[in-house]
Amino acid sequence: MAKIIYVDHEGTERAIEATNGESVMEAAIKNSIPGIDADCGGACACATCHVYVDESFLEKVGTAEDMEQSMLDFAENVKPNSRLSCQISVSDDLDGLKVTTPESQH
Amino acid sequence: MDLSNAERVVIIGGGQAAAQACASLRLFGFEGAITLIGDEAALPYQRPPLSKAYMKGELAEERLYFKPANWYEDQNIDTVLSVRATKIDRSAQTVELEHGGSVPYDALIIATGSRPRTLPVDGADLDGVFDLRSLSDVERIRPRMIAGQKLVIVGAGYIGLEAAAVARQLELDATVLEMEDRVLARVTSPIMSQFFEDEHTRQGATIKTGARLASLKGSDGKVTHAVLADGSELEADLVLVGIGILPNVELAEDAGIACSNGILTDRDARTNDPRIFAAGDCAARPLVHYGRDGRLESVHNAIEQGKLSAAAIMGKPRPPEDCPWFWSDQYDLKLQIAGLSQNYDETVLRGDPSERKFAVFYLQNGKMIAVDAINSAPEFLASKKLIITGASLAPSLLSDTFKSMKEIAATAA
Repeated sequence: MAKIIYVDHEGTERAIEATNGESVMEAAIKNSIPGIDADCGGACACATCHVYVDESFLEKVGTAEDMEQSMLDFAENVKPNSRLSCQISVSDDLDGLKVTTPESQH
Repeated sequence: MDLSNAERVVIIGGGQAAAQACASLRLFGFEGAITLIGDEAALPYQRPPLSKAYMKGELAEERLYFKPANWYEDQNIDTVLSVRATKIDRSAQTVELEHGGSVPYDALIIATGSRPRTLPVDGADLDGVFDLRSLSDVERIRPRMIAGQKLVIVGAGYIGLEAAAVARQLELDATVLEMEDRVLARVTSPIMSQFFEDEHTRQGATIKTGARLASLKGSDGKVTHAVLADGSELEADLVLVGIGILPNVELAEDAGIACSNGILTDRDARTNDPRIFAAGDCAARPLVHYGRDGRLESVHNAIEQGKLSAAAIMGKPRPPEDCPWFWSDQYDLKLQIAGLSQNYDETVLRGDPSERKFAVFYLQNGKMIAVDAINSAPEFLASKKLIITGASLAPSLLSDTFKSMKEIAATAA
């Protein structure tokens, strides 16, 4: 289990308890966190689950693989700490992870 | 019609469009009653993994569901499962249910989806012959996907080829039968068809094109052979049928709602009855980037029309209409498709198929209308935008792999 905090583009924080092995995207969808669309359901096919990872967790979260990186290159408002949340797997290590959602996923 | 005073929304169907409509209605602030009527036992779940990761056993069932059961309770959504709607009474504004009873509506969303075409041959009802559409289909198929078993797949569309890839990865003996002279004939260009045929052959599957199934033979009620029109026979322990789907339009048609290969809707997903909407596989909608109506069998379409219908009911601005998009996973290949390639007059190849990383662009009068991208996300994502803007692009520019898709897209802007 890990506590994940989702911050929307206006700064509102929502904290949930996520299960190890599910993705940060799935945890968001199950808890109706606004700001993550995840149209393809986690197949890394749509780039609509874009989040900004809090700087303090960048190392633990790791870097995007090729496919994800090339998807991110075409998302709107990409920053160095951008990730697709479907590709971040929840683990105890990520307890307290804070991610911010962009204003729009399209 | 202004439905902003609607107190009761009924959704017929329990697939992705239905789930999206539920979520969007609540997101847009609808506080009234929502009733979802589904004929499957399961709450709404993702279908794409059924022929991919889930079939292969790499994805737990609970990860298929869009929302956990308690979400529907929390959102005060009444889910009526394993129940068929039998009639829409437009004058009474009710939906009748198979075991009696009816549900009144102020607004109705028809999201009845589609059903597999059935195999029009003798033996189609033998044990061991399966459709591949629902979770319960896959529950029955998976225990039989055992290494060394002989699997015959009828139809080389995306479902058939995805199942063939899973079967080979599970070390089944897989043969795919296709009536046309190439795989994916209805949906892609000869160059892509050849690429997938070569890939499946390399992976040890047998692809038989120009092969018409005549009948299925069995013994003791269980399938044993597929018989082709030329008289040849193939051994078969298991047969999967993937020959396309038919939209479930009967409820709408019987209620006098306009249909033509799908329930006809306007851009807001509204049918010719202003209280009734249609979303997902069952609907035929304006394809705004193509100047015609059409039915789309895709996740993108289910999500978008779920949102469009919810927005229209709530009097919200129409959500954006995206370029249609699709994907298919086979082996380590990710095919991403943007747009609709029908009626293209030119193709442009970018990259080298032998490197398993390339794209085929489809042009009509010099404008990009679609792309098939293999392991090439930039080509897919850039093209989605170029298709929407109707950009004209020189073929020599599109095929220039020394330029990135970002640079190419910037040229078109």
